[in-house]
Amino acid sequence: MENKTIDPKQIKGWGIDADPKNDPTYPMRDRMNVGEDPDNKHRPTQQPTHQVEKLRSIERPNISAVYGTTVPPQGLSGMIRRLAFKYSENRYRHWLPLIVADRVSVVEGILDDLVHGHVPNIYAEKGYPVEWKHNRTAFIAKMATIGLVTAGVIAILSSGKSEKKSKKKDYLSRY
Amino acid sequence: MLAMEYRGPKRVRAIQKPMPEIKHPQDAIVRVLRTCICGSDLHLYNGNVPDTRVGSTFGHEFIGEVVEVGSEVTKVKTGDRVIVPFNIACGECHFCRQGMFGNCHESNTEATAVGAIFGYSHTAGGFDGGQAEYARVPYANVGPTIIPADMDLDDAVLLTDVVPTGYQAAEMAGIQTGDTVVVFGAGPIGIMAARCAWLFGAGRVIIIDQEDYRLEFARNYSYCEAYNFREMNDPVVFIKKITDWMGADCVIDAVGAEAAGNTMQTVTGRKLLLQAGSATALHWAINSVKKGGVVSIVGVYGPTDNLIPIGNVLNKGLTIRANQASVKRLLPRLIDHVQNGIINPKGLITHRLPLEEVADGYRMFSAKLDNNIKTVLLPPTANQ
Ligand SMILES: NC(=O)c1ccc[n+]([C@@H]2O[C@H](COP(=O)([O-])OP(=O)(O)OC[C@H]3O[C@@H](n4cnc5c(N)ncnc54)[C@H](O)[C@@H]3O)[C@@H](O)[C@H]2O)c1
Ligand SMILES: [Zn+2]
Ligand SMILES: [Zn+2]
Repeated sequence: MENKTIDPKQIKGWGIDADPKNDPTYPMRDRMNVGEDPDNKHRPTQQPTHQVEKLRSIERPNISAVYGTTVPPQGLSGMIRRLAFKYSENRYRHWLPLIVADRVSVVEGILDDLVHGHVPNIYAEKGYPVEWKHNRTAFIAKMATIGLVTAGVIAILSSGKSEKKSKKKDYLSRY
Repeated sequence: MLAMEYRGPKRVRAIQKPMPEIKHPQDAIVRVLRTCICGSDLHLYNGNVPDTRVGSTFGHEFIGEVVEVGSEVTKVKTGDRVIVPFNIACGECHFCRQGMFGNCHESNTEATAVGAIFGYSHTAGGFDGGQAEYARVPYANVGPTIIPADMDLDDAVLLTDVVPTGYQAAEMAGIQTGDTVVVFGAGPIGIMAARCAWLFGAGRVIIIDQEDYRLEFARNYSYCEAYNFREMNDPVVFIKKITDWMGADCVIDAVGAEAAGNTMQTVTGRKLLLQAGSATALHWAINSVKKGGVVSIVGVYGPTDNLIPIGNVLNKGLTIRANQASVKRLLPRLIDHVQNGIINPKGLITHRLPLEEVADGYRMFSAKLDNNIKTVLLPPTANQ
């Protein structure tokens, strides 16, 4: 592993696209003001609307001429997404609920799998077999850490519970 | 048909899904011949892109054979084999007509700041992607480009994203003959950006990453100097030192939101999601470029905020250029470069997996296992 110096001119294609006049370059080079563009209101053919429920950014007046139809909002996550879209892309009130909805939809996804009689193979979905194959030591260490931390958290939580209980007892016994 | 499906952070699988349908007169349906996993997919895979819905199919890098076209499609026909640019662009709006095909205004209803991208969450339009046997391709008169008869399909699939993005990273850096160019990130995008920097006449190209195998790969593939930031006290001081204390003329951020190297950025950006990803590489880029220099960003960040030293951008008089690659704009030039042997895209491919093993493919790329650089997925129907 060593860095060798190279004469750039020996590299195939060196300077082939050099152009001192290309500055400012893309994306400003062909900049066009909206006012200069007589066609700025032009729109392609509209995909029929209402093919699915489509949430729309309130920073635009319409549904885009073409749109994606996959996974329309549904369930609790869908309700959260609908609320999020009441706010513009400028607001945390838009983005944070969407992240929450994403996490809720993970739980909904597991429930949906179970309802359809499918127990998700999370070990395989996470690609752990390939970690096991190529990264075994680190993988075992990681799993052990997760195991220890989980056990620790459970221990702390349950000990906290019994402490509270015993305090309550003491408190009562004083009277 | 068989398709990749997202189930939650770091959980994906291959399952049977309904066939895609024509939804608009300019749609086409393609049978996917090759599809790749990209660094951009990792932001989705890690659950860091808002509005990534369980049940979605990812995949914005794919080529395919046209099997069905809508009534207004005239530029491609059944049987054509096409490169499908990762951006969905109408070709008619105010932005497409400026060559900004990555910023089309008529393909994404959910967000105005983001152009539509195949298989890239509802924030990028809610389209299913190409990590599947078949895919719906809107605006088929605009994006899909016929694969030249003598072109290798492995070269073609990398023209959907990696080659144009790497090239545009170098283009936006405004490289002048003899310039010193620093590239952060030695993934497929950074390696391609470093290779393309020479085409714009760079005098010196330096790449920075933390994976030795990728640095070694970049040295050979991109003819550049390569350094591991894990071996440096401070990457910014290191770059100042090796550039006569001036800083680089141009710096490219080819890392984006999953950046490592700074605990505070990693915790706030990648674990707690208090920022739109970890901005470590961008932070370093701003601080290691020379005064008056250019920072070119192709690394992807989320839609909220990031912690970056904007005061230094002001005090140093920097120019920042950034965008999603405008694939359609660049394709004619880049097809020429590939056919003339100037760029060798398929040289980046290290792994080929059947689509059935998509979960392993994501894990391998995400955890940088088995010296992985670029993985191609092959759907069962690819070889018909
Ligand atoms: N703008 C576009 O059009 C566009 C298109 C494709 C990909 N991208 C983005 O480009 C980025 C890279 O994509 P990729 O496929 O090469 O991904 P990748 O994950 O293979 O590569 C990223 C590399 O950065 C390295 N890295 C992490 N932290 C670093 C740091 N602080 N400094 C230097 N290197 C660091 C990693 O080790 C890794 O090798 C991603 O953010 C992706 O979303 C943008
Ligand atoms: Zn990509
Ligand atoms: Zn457009």
